[in-house]
Amino acid sequence: MARRSSRKRPIRWHIGVFLAPATVIYTAVMILPLLGTLHLALFREVDREQVFVGLDNFSTLLGDPRWSASFWNAFRNNIWFFVIHMLVQNPVGILLAAVLSSPRLRLRTFYRTAIFVPTILSFVIVGFTWKLILSPLWGIAPYFLDFVGLKSLFAPWLGKEQYALTTLSLISVWQFVGIPMMLIYAALLSIPDGVLEAAEIDGITGMSQFWRIKLPLILPSIGIISILTFIGNFNAFDLVYTSQGAMAAPNFSTDILGTFLYRTFFGFQLQLGDPHMGAAIASMMFLIILSGVCFYLVAVQRRLVRYQF
Amino acid sequence: MHKARSSKIRTVAAHAILIAYTAIALFPVVLIVVNSFKTRQAIFRSPLSLPDSETFSLIGYQTVFAQGNFAHYFQSSLIVTMASLFLVLLFGAMAAFALAEYRFRANALMGLYLAIGIMIPIRLGTVAILEMMVASRLVNTLAALVLVYTAQGLPLAIFILSEFMKQVSDDLKNAGRIDGFSEYTIFFRLVLPLVRPAMATVAVFTMIPIWNDLWFPLILAPAEATKTITLGAQVFIGQFVTNWNAVLSTLSLAVVPVLVLYLIFSRQLIRGITSGAVK
Repeated sequence: MARRSSRKRPIRWHIGVFLAPATVIYTAVMILPLLGTLHLALFREVDREQVFVGLDNFSTLLGDPRWSASFWNAFRNNIWFFVIHMLVQNPVGILLAAVLSSPRLRLRTFYRTAIFVPTILSFVIVGFTWKLILSPLWGIAPYFLDFVGLKSLFAPWLGKEQYALTTLSLISVWQFVGIPMMLIYAALLSIPDGVLEAAEIDGITGMSQFWRIKLPLILPSIGIISILTFIGNFNAFDLVYTSQGAMAAPNFSTDILGTFLYRTFFGFQLQLGDPHMGAAIASMMFLIILSGVCFYLVAVQRRLVRYQF
Repeated sequence: MHKARSSKIRTVAAHAILIAYTAIALFPVVLIVVNSFKTRQAIFRSPLSLPDSETFSLIGYQTVFAQGNFAHYFQSSLIVTMASLFLVLLFGAMAAFALAEYRFRANALMGLYLAIGIMIPIRLGTVAILEMMVASRLVNTLAALVLVYTAQGLPLAIFILSEFMKQVSDDLKNAGRIDGFSEYTIFFRLVLPLVRPAMATVAVFTMIPIWNDLWFPLILAPAEATKTITLGAQVFIGQFVTNWNAVLSTLSLAVVPVLVLYLIFSRQLIRGITSGAVK
């Protein structure tokens, strides 16, 4: 389209009209509160008045032994939560997508629809359902272990400090594996047939075709999935809250930044809620997510080679 | 001959993997729904069998309907989801059209500004959002939730829709301009009908997280009158931990509406994902 000269034209009000509603709501309910949170984190309530304290809340969070122990505990757990997703969810998603995209597969739509079902369920359903299945009271999990002769391995996984977080991460993986599957599936479908035919003529088929031809072509999608997983994981809250409660039982072993923020902001048991410390934690999460995204944009995305056909 | 056999093996292996994973994905859901129709004894004695004439029971559902306010929760969820969805689609499409159609200064900047929200979750602004809602007396109203979800849904909607709107033919729009249509008529009468499939995709992407959200209903609208079904189920199950019939029935009731919506829209959803919007 030729560039139209905009100088002689009257003001195009309609552009403003089209943009205004979205921009106003987005700015008022999203951007300003996000800035407000950063702002709130710099104040503290002293004698019912807000006093500017600079970065004091942050030094309390990271320096005070009680606060910093909880913070680092939640941070470490969150990293482990993310690591499990990267190690289990994404490889399984890629495997399923690769199988699903094999040519002339029957029942493709059925499999695709079925595997995506957990992703549409709410955390409340997912959390309680798995809590019931893993409960020693009901005995579904031990029954299945018995089936393969491993009944002795059963433990109330969600109730044991050393297993609870990993178990929760795997439940979350079960829920969200549909997303990497779909995105990778889409990426695999977009590889032109010509490329694959050329590979076949060169004798590259099956597994080696996947590793040498398809995988390099879908790397950008894997990058996007990784960063989406990162954002989602460091923002997670619901699953832990519904299955383990705000106290992240047992003994805070499943505490992640989201539940830590919730407890700090609203208080728990005898401790009163503290909006300023809550805002400080939210700001830290903001920083963590932002640095993750920046790292991805600067260090990862630029190195990914995109092939155009 | 050799080739045919190896491809047969590969097909069998592919089906084996997919069937195994489908079982893993569906088993928990089926287990919950099947057991919600059984007597308490049968739930524990033979959790894996289907209900028969002896073990069939609706006691769980009776408890839920007698004590829970589920019809009301369901209504709240429906109002919030539909209202937010309508606003996200309308305002999102308008903004996407402005970004895709017109060249103006700050176009790229606006696009970038509106895309920040894709990366930074709105949840981190909760502290300030709650203060704002308290100040404007919107706490415990569905309007508060609608506002938050609209803001939450807009960035991705604008991003996806503007990609699609760039593909609408210029000739068509210019023909409209020659016929004397206003820019608004061109948008509502010519462009919107053409991007309907993209709108459906965005609708599904927007709808699922709103319907399933626990965080904002818990914080902004926990009152009985405004509880959504997700929050209602959470609270209700918390009270009835030991009443397995009621818990299983509640879970089933919470699953079914989403599942039905998903089955209706799944084709749209998958077409949307695979059509290149996210590549």
